[in-house]
Amino acid sequence: MAVTEDKHKNIEALEEATIRFAGDSGDGMQLTGGQFTNATAIVGNDLSTLPDYPAEIRAPAGSLAGVSGFQIHFSSKEIYTPGDILDVLVAMNPAALKANLKDLKPGGMLIVNTNAFNETNLKKVNYTSNPLEDAALQSKYKVFGIEISRLTQLALEGSSLSAKHVDRTKNLFALGLMCWLYTRPMEKTIEWLNQKFKDKPDILDANLKVLKAGYHFGETTEVFISSYKIDQAKIKPGKYRNITGNEATVLGLIAASKKAGITPLLGSYPITPASDILHELAKYKQFGFRTFQAEDEIAAIGVALGASFAGGLGITTTSGPGVCLKSEFINLAIKTELPLVICDIQRGGPSTGLPTKTEQSDLLQAMFGRNGDSPIPIVSASTPGDCFEAVFEAVRIAIKYMTPVFFLSDGYIANGSEPWEIPDANKLPNIEVKFRKEKEGFSSYLRDEKTLARPWAIPGTPGLEHVLTGIETEVTTGKINYDPANHDAMVKIRAKKIENIENDIPDIKPVFGGEKGDLLILGWGSTYGSICAATELLIASGHKVANAHLRYLNPFPKNLGAFLKNYKKVLIPEINMGQMNMLIRAKYLVDSQGLNIVAGKPLKVNSITEAAESLLK
Amino acid sequence: MATLEQPKYTKADFESANDVRWCPGCGDYAILSAVQSVMPTLGIPKEKFVFVSGIGCSSRFPHYMNCYGFHTIHGRALTVASGVKSINPDLSVWVVTGDGDGLSIGGNHTMHAIRRNQDLKILLFNNKIYGLTKGQYSPTSELGKKTKSTPMGSIDNPINPVSLAIASGATFVARTIDKNVKHMMEIFKEAAAHKGTAFIEIYQNCLIFNDNAFVDYTEKEVKDDHSVYLTSGKPLVYGKESDKAIKLNGFSAQSTGAKNGDLKNALIHDPTVKDKALAYVLGQMGVENPELPVAFGVLRKVEEPTYQDRLLDQEKQALSKKPNASIEDILNAGDTWVVS
Ligand code: SF4
Repeated sequence: MAVTEDKHKNIEALEEATIRFAGDSGDGMQLTGGQFTNATAIVGNDLSTLPDYPAEIRAPAGSLAGVSGFQIHFSSKEIYTPGDILDVLVAMNPAALKANLKDLKPGGMLIVNTNAFNETNLKKVNYTSNPLEDAALQSKYKVFGIEISRLTQLALEGSSLSAKHVDRTKNLFALGLMCWLYTRPMEKTIEWLNQKFKDKPDILDANLKVLKAGYHFGETTEVFISSYKIDQAKIKPGKYRNITGNEATVLGLIAASKKAGITPLLGSYPITPASDILHELAKYKQFGFRTFQAEDEIAAIGVALGASFAGGLGITTTSGPGVCLKSEFINLAIKTELPLVICDIQRGGPSTGLPTKTEQSDLLQAMFGRNGDSPIPIVSASTPGDCFEAVFEAVRIAIKYMTPVFFLSDGYIANGSEPWEIPDANKLPNIEVKFRKEKEGFSSYLRDEKTLARPWAIPGTPGLEHVLTGIETEVTTGKINYDPANHDAMVKIRAKKIENIENDIPDIKPVFGGEKGDLLILGWGSTYGSICAATELLIASGHKVANAHLRYLNPFPKNLGAFLKNYKKVLIPEINMGQMNMLIRAKYLVDSQGLNIVAGKPLKVNSITEAAESLLK
Repeated sequence: MATLEQPKYTKADFESANDVRWCPGCGDYAILSAVQSVMPTLGIPKEKFVFVSGIGCSSRFPHYMNCYGFHTIHGRALTVASGVKSINPDLSVWVVTGDGDGLSIGGNHTMHAIRRNQDLKILLFNNKIYGLTKGQYSPTSELGKKTKSTPMGSIDNPINPVSLAIASGATFVARTIDKNVKHMMEIFKEAAAHKGTAFIEIYQNCLIFNDNAFVDYTEKEVKDDHSVYLTSGKPLVYGKESDKAIKLNGFSAQSTGAKNGDLKNALIHDPTVKDKALAYVLGQMGVENPELPVAFGVLRKVEEPTYQDRLLDQEKQALSKKPNASIEDILNAGDTWVVS
């Protein structure tokens, strides 16, 4: 279908927009958002997305608990976040309206499926009257009531599909309409539908009809005075694709294992929001990627550690509750000094908490959540695309230093997406693996002088037979040893080995702002986007503010202590109760202040600017 | 596997220099010695053996073998062993566990390693007690057992290790006993030759905390009336005078007289029967119905693809469909666009 811009009555240019599609979890909102995102990526806008779905697989239809949303912020400028506040809300039913209206900006566009605003649906969410008839709503927002369900039925009049199947296609009407409204091409969606329903011609036909009906509705009716366009963003030249954090993690793990030239084995147990990594990696058997869905979280890390002992790259993926179960094995990996990558895709806690919502509250668990003194490197990702590089680094450190490494991501960047510049595979650094072969002078804990790594001698190598154990062992021979002085020495060696990694990671420097100033906003992980956007605003309004973002959380960059002292004040925004702040204060005796909002959502830009401004007063 | 150039090993090659620290007289010594004696006969290069254990008296085992070993954490040996074997299927991986390690804290992994037919040799030392923590009842301790943690007697029903293994689909299940070194060695050899999970329950006497738990099967006067040794293709005959036999009556085993060589009704042992029911009946004898003798020997031995066979097979299939997959391809997959 050729969609040309001249069919648009009147096109208004905008710099950016934030749209949220919201409906029942059965309404296909994630799919709609995903397709709109692809179309937006093709246009060349910078973009950032935030899927938000319920924890229940099928909460009762029409209930608040069942509302699923997908937010996209796109722009002709560089952007960092999925947006604090909505320009457009597409609400497919009363529950979606009720759950999301508070995020729509005054004067924003509210597009609703009026057919869903019947008595039953209104009752389900305790609306005593139809909110669309409320004069206050009408005056506060630009309300567009559209009979999406009925128009979908009309588009499919005479179709052989059941009424239920017909109704299921209504999300495509909304997608078609939004593509018209924001002048997005639909070719990719059409291609995708062709592929997906190639064996079901009647469903394919219905989907295409409804998608086009939505588009034509915008074009031919007088409901919208104009449509909008958002020019291509000036992004760094290169080849791009849209990517979620979990997808980037998968690619990073595959690339790193290829660069290391050893067989990777992922041991995993399904858990939200990490399961997608298991699903994706299971598709790459042609790369020799072995995936093992274990009977529980403990077995999952156990097989990964066994794999590493045998000379593979052991990886385990999980979320906070899974880390609780794995902690004994993480300690065995620390004690036996084997490489292992533990990917923790954080979610709301404690306990089961908020499985589908984001949080940064596993930092101290990763850092300290084990018995004994058990130092472990921690690497974190700051954006969806950054997961690639961060997890690659985790693999590099694990192998080079013979240690388990935590890779921290979270629900927001795991499921959120952004355009990602595809790296040149040839330019990725090699990861050197040194399996010990020589019998002469072998001792299982005789360390490399520089890295303090012990040799990796794998079963099958003649003459290097040795036994690893969780019991304390002698400093070089690796034989069981209960001597107090030996234990003291081993505890200190283990600490030193991890501390030493600070010599092998880049210094911290400001992302925005100068090397000195009144305020430093220090972040880590998924708060990157909000902090960058806030810092830009603060600088633009004349403040001497800078921001810096930590990738390496243990050890910290070597210059961090001195760097912090270049600023009069330090603000640390986190989606937890101040875990990084505690580490920074303890280590550097800096009077840093926290901004802590633990609502299961990314931090808003204006929460950060407000906190910064009050510190700058 | 054996080739001409292969070094000839002796038992001593498998003995580590570490002092063995089990209590003097512990049944573990005999098991260790039997394993060390069998290793040189298997035609496998020494560096390809890996011994993985959990926590408990038995789990010290790897330290006493001069082989690759991993003494892991409580109950989890099978998970580590599964990982080792899945990275390098060429290794001969042996797991040493106990009734507490393998059936209590690690019970879940026992079931799952077995159902996957992981190509592992599992030696479960059953002494019906917790030894390392000094004498609490274990999941195989009998009902009413008085221990430090059950002063009035245990109120837990015990589990029969071979029943669990058979129910989980173990392709090789055997039972042997520390006092019968020759039998242990035969069973270990047969297990080593089996492809897939080989589960071996070894009755092991803990003389410190549960002495004489197995005297019925070791004391000269009584052992023949309480044990029946299984041989494939042979009738199940036992008794001091070989005067008793086991016959089947529906789903139960029964003892019957076998006077004057009358073996008309005696069950002929066939461990290769696919149906698990027969092995299950044999495994229960003497344990869950004490009037019958305990069966020693191979209860079940069937051939099925191992986990590693299936793993490598899928890998081959995937590779034949996408033979030249490169990192470039996957990095550049999906919708891409160029910004110039
Ligand atoms: S406590 Fe029992 S099982 Fe443990 S070493 Fe001593 S005798 Fe053997």
